[in-house]
Amino acid sequence: MRLDRLEKGRPARVRRLNGADPLMEAKLREVGFAEDDEVEIVHFGPLAARPICVRLNQTLIALRAEEAAAIEVKDSL
Amino acid sequence: MTAFRLALVGAPNCGKSTLFNGLTGGRAKVANYPGATVEMRKGWFRTPKGRDVELIDLPGFYGLTPRSMDGRIAVDAIAGRAAGLAPPDLLVVLINAANLKTHLHSVLQLRALGRPMILALNMIDLATRDGLVIDVKKLEDKLGLPVVTSRAPRKAGRAELLEKLDRMFDADPLPHPPANPGASLHELQRDARVLYRDVIVSEPMMNRATRAIDDVVLHPIAGPLILAAILFLVFQAVFSWSAAPMDAIDQGVAALGDFVTRRLPDTWVRSLLVDGVIAGVGSVVVFLPQILTLFAFILIMEASGYMARAAFLMDELMSRVGLNGRAFIPLLSSFACAIPGIMAARVIESERDRLTTILIAPLMTCSARIPVYTLIIAAFVPVEMVGPFNLQGLVMFGLYLSGVAGAVAVAFVLKRTVTKGRQQPLIMELPTYKMPDPKDFLLSLWGRAMAFLKRAGTIILAMTVLIWFLASFPEGASLRESFAGRIGALIEPILKPIGFNLEIAIALIPGLAAREVAVGALGTVYAVQNVDASGGLANVLQSAWPLPTALAFLAWYVFAPQCFATLATIRRETNSWRWTVFAFGYLMALAYLAAGATHAVAELFL
Repeated sequence: MRLDRLEKGRPARVRRLNGADPLMEAKLREVGFAEDDEVEIVHFGPLAARPICVRLNQTLIALRAEEAAAIEVKDSL
Repeated sequence: MTAFRLALVGAPNCGKSTLFNGLTGGRAKVANYPGATVEMRKGWFRTPKGRDVELIDLPGFYGLTPRSMDGRIAVDAIAGRAAGLAPPDLLVVLINAANLKTHLHSVLQLRALGRPMILALNMIDLATRDGLVIDVKKLEDKLGLPVVTSRAPRKAGRAELLEKLDRMFDADPLPHPPANPGASLHELQRDARVLYRDVIVSEPMMNRATRAIDDVVLHPIAGPLILAAILFLVFQAVFSWSAAPMDAIDQGVAALGDFVTRRLPDTWVRSLLVDGVIAGVGSVVVFLPQILTLFAFILIMEASGYMARAAFLMDELMSRVGLNGRAFIPLLSSFACAIPGIMAARVIESERDRLTTILIAPLMTCSARIPVYTLIIAAFVPVEMVGPFNLQGLVMFGLYLSGVAGAVAVAFVLKRTVTKGRQQPLIMELPTYKMPDPKDFLLSLWGRAMAFLKRAGTIILAMTVLIWFLASFPEGASLRESFAGRIGALIEPILKPIGFNLEIAIALIPGLAAREVAVGALGTVYAVQNVDASGGLANVLQSAWPLPTALAFLAWYVFAPQCFATLATIRRETNSWRWTVFAFGYLMALAYLAAGATHAVAELFL
């Protein structure tokens, strides 16, 4: 399942980062996304809810749905 | 003995600048290195054992292959690749202790460079409060690096770092980890995770207060309303809170002018001092309270962690005109001054997006326009209440909005024409909320005040003296026959259709050096003409200018590219004359059209 499809307030674990776009993958890893990390959608942006605010472990990260789509999660913890 | 050279390295929001201010007492020099756009703060301090240290504050970045210009500058400086800059002797790597799990891999990445370094787990107090317990000794052993915990704003919170630095300096050469290039990011993340599990005693919880505040501040409906209210409050505050200190400065300047007038014989020296220096510089220094009020809000928004939220809330809107939420921060800084704003655009990774942001940054109403706006508003807009709001404040707000609306329209057009390209990603950390540290805040504000006064004491002083000279000579000549009048008369025909008179034409020329100089220049031009200025420049203008001229002048100032320093910054940051000329040309055209249209419409209806 893709991170952007996750229900708000429901924690999940990162299964893998989609490497189709290596630049995007590197960027996600650099800000700290890694396999087995805990993630949760905590806020949606206003209007079309395009940027989303994700909790990654204890860090809050804002990203757009396009970026979140590159993160695959396991639905349950 | 030469000083040790230390560089502060870390992700954005880990407290680097606060540590820098704390260690150096805020005494910093912004250094520029020839040939490159490397600009960084440099400061000095002495360790407890009396060693002199030069400290460099590098821009925050993630990873060693950053795509933003800012990050590349930092990485080049660490590696010693920056032109004219030797590599630092030692890296002080800062990490927000609460984010250890997420950011530990970046420490491994830096360690693999094999440079002498020390790791500081910063904001340890906040992380501890959230439940973090960590075995620092074990982390030190496993990493093979000195590790300290720190609280950057507190002297006691920096003591351990200083003490360890001294111990490192005892060794010659400085201890350093083995260089170990070649590990992939993925592998480093795995190593970091194993290491983390080894040294962590208790994991922190997500900061509760941050969560609670974000539930309100990032709420899809309440969030944007709160942001709008904050911005509105900022602009009202800039006007109402600054009124008293501004009156005081005004009276002080007038008293000083009187004092000098009474003490000196009536010669050109007295005229130079009173009409040139005191009237000119005084009319600009009076805006210090407003500029500081605006900077105070920006500093608090940045230090508290709200600024990144504002960028989050604005991303959707800004992406509709083809910009990135990250552009919000450079653009908001541009309300203070376009120069730091244009430089702050370095955080934007896409070159195209960065260019668009740079090109529209001068449309944000910078603080140098405040003197001009305030003067004209005070002269031509009555003090009235419209509902709960002050009419003068509303007009000011309208001028700011015009700038923003212009910027949005220009960005919209640019993104579809000259800066076309794929939409760039947004990935941005939202820091934990914290109370801004009062001392750190005051040091930063002090720095801004000094920078402004330095401008007033140099460029503005020089320009007002020059204007005084051009307007006063040849001796006994009328304004039109003076040197300034002859220069102004050259451009007057071009400006006549948009309602500008000779005095404005004269004031616009030195206004190219710095926008606010136009106010000083008007002050000087009318003072030289011996217009009775007892009621202040605003009263003089009220009787000398028709209303359409005043309005056209305001419209001109919303757009005009009247600041050579900004153009020079655009040139440096884009590294292109073409874009610099483009920026100048399009802004000039907009200013002329806007002023012309305003004048025509006002003539018709007023």
